[in-house]
Amino acid sequence: MSVDQATVRRIAHLARIRVTEDEVPHLQGELNAILDFVAQLDEVSVEGVEPMTSVTPMQMKKRVDVVNDGFMADKVTANAPAADDHFFTVPKVVE
Amino acid sequence: MSELIDLTLAEARDALKAKTISAVDLTKAHVKAMEEARALNAYVLETPDQALAMAKASDDKLARGDAGPLEGLPLGIKDLYATDGVRTTACSKILDGFVPRYESTVTSQLWRDGAVMLGKLNNDEFAMGSSNETSAMGPVVSPWAPPNWDKARLATALKGDKKGLLVPGGSSGGSSAAVAARLCLGATATDTGGSIRQPAAFTGTVGIKPTYGRCSRWGIVAFASSLDQAGPIARTVRDNAILLRSMAGHDPKDTTSVDRAVPDYEAAVGRSVKGMTIGIPKEYRVDGMSAEIEALWQKGIGFLRDAGAKIVDVSLPHTKYALPAYYIVAPAEASSNLARYDGVRYGLRVDGKDIAEMYENTRAAGFGKEVRRRIMIGTYVLSAGYYDAYYVRAQKIRTLIRQDFETVYHAGVDAILTPATPSPAFGIGEMGSADPVEMYLNDIFTVTVNMAGLPGLALPAGTSDQGLPLGLQLIGRPFDEEALFALGEVIEQAAGSFAPAEKWWV
Repeated sequence: MSVDQATVRRIAHLARIRVTEDEVPHLQGELNAILDFVAQLDEVSVEGVEPMTSVTPMQMKKRVDVVNDGFMADKVTANAPAADDHFFTVPKVVE
Repeated sequence: MSELIDLTLAEARDALKAKTISAVDLTKAHVKAMEEARALNAYVLETPDQALAMAKASDDKLARGDAGPLEGLPLGIKDLYATDGVRTTACSKILDGFVPRYESTVTSQLWRDGAVMLGKLNNDEFAMGSSNETSAMGPVVSPWAPPNWDKARLATALKGDKKGLLVPGGSSGGSSAAVAARLCLGATATDTGGSIRQPAAFTGTVGIKPTYGRCSRWGIVAFASSLDQAGPIARTVRDNAILLRSMAGHDPKDTTSVDRAVPDYEAAVGRSVKGMTIGIPKEYRVDGMSAEIEALWQKGIGFLRDAGAKIVDVSLPHTKYALPAYYIVAPAEASSNLARYDGVRYGLRVDGKDIAEMYENTRAAGFGKEVRRRIMIGTYVLSAGYYDAYYVRAQKIRTLIRQDFETVYHAGVDAILTPATPSPAFGIGEMGSADPVEMYLNDIFTVTVNMAGLPGLALPAGTSDQGLPLGLQLIGRPFDEEALFALGEVIEQAAGSFAPAEKWWV
């Protein structure tokens, strides 16, 4: 499978990365080089094989469903590019 | 004070305990070396004041007799590890100025055990790269000089565009360069597809990627969560064993970290390997493999055979599919992990006319080329209609890769010996500019280990025809890092150690 330029623009939008028109042909070439490389996986028979879901087979640990952390709004918002009174601020979302 | 930086981590530890040196003097010597080596660009942030304060506290503890296992030992920390109050950027513009208000579990364990932080080490942006050239902080120069370069040529390149000087490998290139140049006694690193082992091999240093789950990933900037593992790079096998004991251990904050006692790894160093069975996988003899890599491999086989190990040929039939499967799994997980960098909670923000445009502008400006490429591949393989064809298929192939190893281990093989890389270090600016896949092939021998979640140790075993270090890789059973330390020590004792000839960068 290979991607066309429309697909490159669509992927960039899905990934929320702005790409300029002159970047598109170059990106298309690079993405197709990687897709060509991974295409060799098609020759492997995966009939009846379970996909790996846990790298180290182990029982998932569960914790008690209680609040055990928090009350550190200063720390949480300390690195925000824009914050106001412990809220993150963003451009207007709803008109 | 140059003799202090020439000590191994184990020697320095013993000298501190014997009170023949002080932690403050040891730290000062490393701070000086670090400052003199700025042209190598191994450190992206130096923390000398913090280092000296920590060293002073260590001297007090040593005097009181309640020293930790790493008391007073100066280390460098890869910039992927969150350090409380100390800038952490993953060497990406998108984390510009990020100062964590928390400490990663692994580094907190190092400080608990008395280690001293010298500063933060350069790496490929978000650990995506094999040469440290994708770092937003610029490339790292290996302390190994290119063959046949004279002093004048080295000096000109070091002051100029650095082209042609050797890469230290990646993504833990700052870690490997700093250890090889003796700018720290050991360094933390991370490995998703080879990012500890390939830099170790390129610089004549030793590095181990532990079994998946052995070290907590909490507080380490995530790249591909099912592949990422923390580990050390240091100058000897013993130094790795000492560091890993402090780095490993269960952490309730990482559900994939394993609740299993941490052995005294150092006790395995020097243990007999007589009677152990070592597998030699025929699939690692790849097309076009150079004669010097083949010769190195044979040399390693000889060392282990001489020490009484039994050598057997084994087959890992799905080896060649590990790298392509990795280039589906890793970008897919990266595209998901890196979705958090949106200009809202931390790091860079570039404004736009609405929130969607703000996201797009921020991410276009903040991510470098390689990171953008991988996020886009990951987004594509996870998108509607392609998920089964790419991602699910790759995870099935991952199962087959793990089964290959299980079959070999069930047949009685204790560990596997392979080359660490297909070539010695190359020059800055020489690889991967036309085709990204060319660079990816660096990880061909290491990536299988991440895909199967196994431990892998890389260590130097010889040099190329031109005198550059070459590494071997030992792959172990899950959680049997001790076997790797025992076998690694045998190779190290037989092969000797490898250091750059002179400090040409000072």
